[in-house]
Amino acid sequence: MWLSGNEAIALGAWEAGVRVASGYPGTPSTEIMEHLSGYDGVYTEWAPNEKVALEVAIGASFAGGRALATMKHVGLNVAADPLFTAAYTGGRGGLVILTADDPDMHSSQNEQDNRNYALAAKLPMLEPSDPAESRDFLKRAFVLSEQLDTPVLLRITTRIAHVKGVVAGPGERIEAPLAPGVEKHPEKFVMLPAMARRRRLFVEERMMRCRELAENDSDNRIEDGDRRRGFITSGVSYLYVKEAFPEAAVLKLGMCWPLPEQKIREFAASVETLYVVEELDPFLETQIKAMGIICHGKDLIPAIGELNTAIVRRAIDPGRDTAELFEPVVLPPRPPNMCPGCPHRGIFFNLSRLKVFVSGDIGCYTLGFLPPLNALDSTVCMGASIPMAHGMVKAIGDGAHDKVVSVIGDSTFVHSGITGLINSVYNGSAATLIILDNRITAMTGQQPNPASGTSIKGEPAQSLDLEALCRAIGVKHVRVVNPHEVPECRKIIKEEVERDEMSVIIARAPCVLLPELKLRKPVGYYTNIDNCVGCTSCIRLGCPAISWTPFAEGEAEARGYKKSQKGYSQIDEVLCNDCGQCASLCKFNAITRGEPK
Amino acid sequence: MSDNKNILFSGVGGQGILLASEITAYALLAVGFDVKKSEVHGMAQRGGSVTAQLRYGTKVYSPLIDPGCADIQMAFEMMEAVRYLPYLHQGSTVIVNTQQILPPSVATGQALYPENVLDELRSRAIEVIAVDAFTIARQAGEVRTANVALVGALSVHLPVDEQVFQDIIESRVPERFRAENMAAFTAGRHAGRRQER
Ligand SMILES: Cc1ncc(C[n+]2csc(CCOP(=O)(O)OP(=O)(O)O)c2C)c(N)n1
Repeated sequence: MWLSGNEAIALGAWEAGVRVASGYPGTPSTEIMEHLSGYDGVYTEWAPNEKVALEVAIGASFAGGRALATMKHVGLNVAADPLFTAAYTGGRGGLVILTADDPDMHSSQNEQDNRNYALAAKLPMLEPSDPAESRDFLKRAFVLSEQLDTPVLLRITTRIAHVKGVVAGPGERIEAPLAPGVEKHPEKFVMLPAMARRRRLFVEERMMRCRELAENDSDNRIEDGDRRRGFITSGVSYLYVKEAFPEAAVLKLGMCWPLPEQKIREFAASVETLYVVEELDPFLETQIKAMGIICHGKDLIPAIGELNTAIVRRAIDPGRDTAELFEPVVLPPRPPNMCPGCPHRGIFFNLSRLKVFVSGDIGCYTLGFLPPLNALDSTVCMGASIPMAHGMVKAIGDGAHDKVVSVIGDSTFVHSGITGLINSVYNGSAATLIILDNRITAMTGQQPNPASGTSIKGEPAQSLDLEALCRAIGVKHVRVVNPHEVPECRKIIKEEVERDEMSVIIARAPCVLLPELKLRKPVGYYTNIDNCVGCTSCIRLGCPAISWTPFAEGEAEARGYKKSQKGYSQIDEVLCNDCGQCASLCKFNAITRGEPK
Repeated sequence: MSDNKNILFSGVGGQGILLASEITAYALLAVGFDVKKSEVHGMAQRGGSVTAQLRYGTKVYSPLIDPGCADIQMAFEMMEAVRYLPYLHQGSTVIVNTQQILPPSVATGQALYPENVLDELRSRAIEVIAVDAFTIARQAGEVRTANVALVGALSVHLPVDEQVFQDIIESRVPERFRAENMAAFTAGRHAGRRQER
């Protein structure tokens, strides 16, 4: 078989007899749950956020079922509260938490190194190097979890999750050892201080046992070789070391926490110069130095961004790479953009025309920041938009209600926006909130969420009524708008921004990437260039389907336009997704809807 | 030393690079190579500049192509072919789709699309093969087969028989567009042969 790391993990989870898997989407972890939901015998779900996902998994484990929670690196911040105490309780069925880190921030707001969580929460962490190991290590993690009565962290990174490689097949499901059912174990399930104090001792004793295990673990292996340079490495960095220095001796750590101190000491003593090669933080290096061992690490290897073979080779053997590279050519950048027909665009177009601070959030709509819209002024983490707007209004004081607007996607609102809205209402905020309800979690690839009306398997599910929810929270002014009707929306946004009371506008129109929409009959908008006066109203939407053609000297007159006209705009009918925002802005009848000619 | 070969796929999110790189990988796997492929999902796919990196050989460790190490660049868009020049080396082959997709700054009239992209490429010590995949795809009867036409052009430069590619394409494309995809592949193969300057 040839699988991505995420496909291999889904396979491993099915093989390991996982009963319950819960996760929240987040690049690069998302496809694990998507693939796992296709296997029989595993209950899978999208949770509203990572904390809920982990709590679901803890419950399943307490009931004796093997359980998996999946999330991206920042998701573990959200789930950190249950994580740190589940470290005390352990479970009954094996409990594995998958964290997918994103060095280089391909699709993330930071590049934290989640190995630090293993140390801080006192949990074992396994770290595979490729898809084949991802599957094996996941199965191993369940055994370890039950053997030591501990949750186990499995850490992957983008270049494991989204790398495809050869994996032995086919798989076979082994039912987990325990039969699920209710059992009461207050001494380990009820973390009141008296019990927690006893479990605290257990945790230390457990980590001692885990350390002993690590010493003899075959996944912590020494690969013999030239001992002039010795490498300690783990995860994807191992691959770069093997390619840059194929002849060298390597200690590959499959378990990156706790560390096999004896094995490390022996390896260090057997090589002339020791190098610790790891992406991001000096996690191994700090521990190895604390053992009193001299080594190179972040003095040579960058602590920021991804590594690759060339970076590792040049850092350690600068004389070897001499080939000159072709110089880069300066080109217009090509940043990601909202799709043609994206409902978010109309809202940001309107916001760009108002003098407000737009307190933003995370999702496709974060792209409202980019030119020509430039209509998003802050992004910190999921859910932050609403409390941050509230904080700004309180800091500014009287008359601030029309200076700040917050925007949040439907999935993000359900993830962690609701409590913020409760706070704003409870504490008397008056900053307008716009919920960009495109019915789906678009950024990560169209996963359904509790407001979508479907489950992870695409089956019908209860759909959260956002209007009713906002009213129940105490918002008196809740309005639903169609974001594609741009001028109409502008009127409503203005009214609500000026209102000196909390209000919510729900901008509702489905994401254009939803399969139902992609399959519909190809109707779209086209331009009647004869009518175009070059006012650029439509161009300022920044839609990828609309482009501007400038006139050459004298061309405008020659073609029968006003002398002063600078050019015209045109719609690419293949790209157009039929939203009509441009037509709603055109005052010159230059944009019409119809079937493509 | 390792016998690994590296193919860099570049283009714009949404052009079908994932499918094209997938077909190529399965063809190489079918003839016994170890293959790793690295791609980026999520944010970058929204119309941004994207790559897929494919490495094959007896045994492949790293999933990433180092700068200066791509033996072939399969560029789905002209300007993107230029963007990834630092990944090539002297003597690399660049198969470039002559399609232009305007980035936002160009579409809104703030910047200009670079002129004479092919000349820019040809002024370096690399082999440039220009393919009009859009026209090939239209002639094949379905504009969305442009990516398979490009696989055809690429396939001529790989140690894999035509039939192996055909079998894989047949099993990987939707049935109702099979004939169009096969036609696009065959025409693409023709267009991908070495070209005289
Ligand atoms: C804690 C956390 N979990 C997951 C993510 C990944 N992520 C970024 S935005 C997003 C959801 C976007 O959905 P929505 O709010 O509906 O906006 P849309 O993309 O549909 O516009 C997710 C899951 C993250 N950045 N942080």
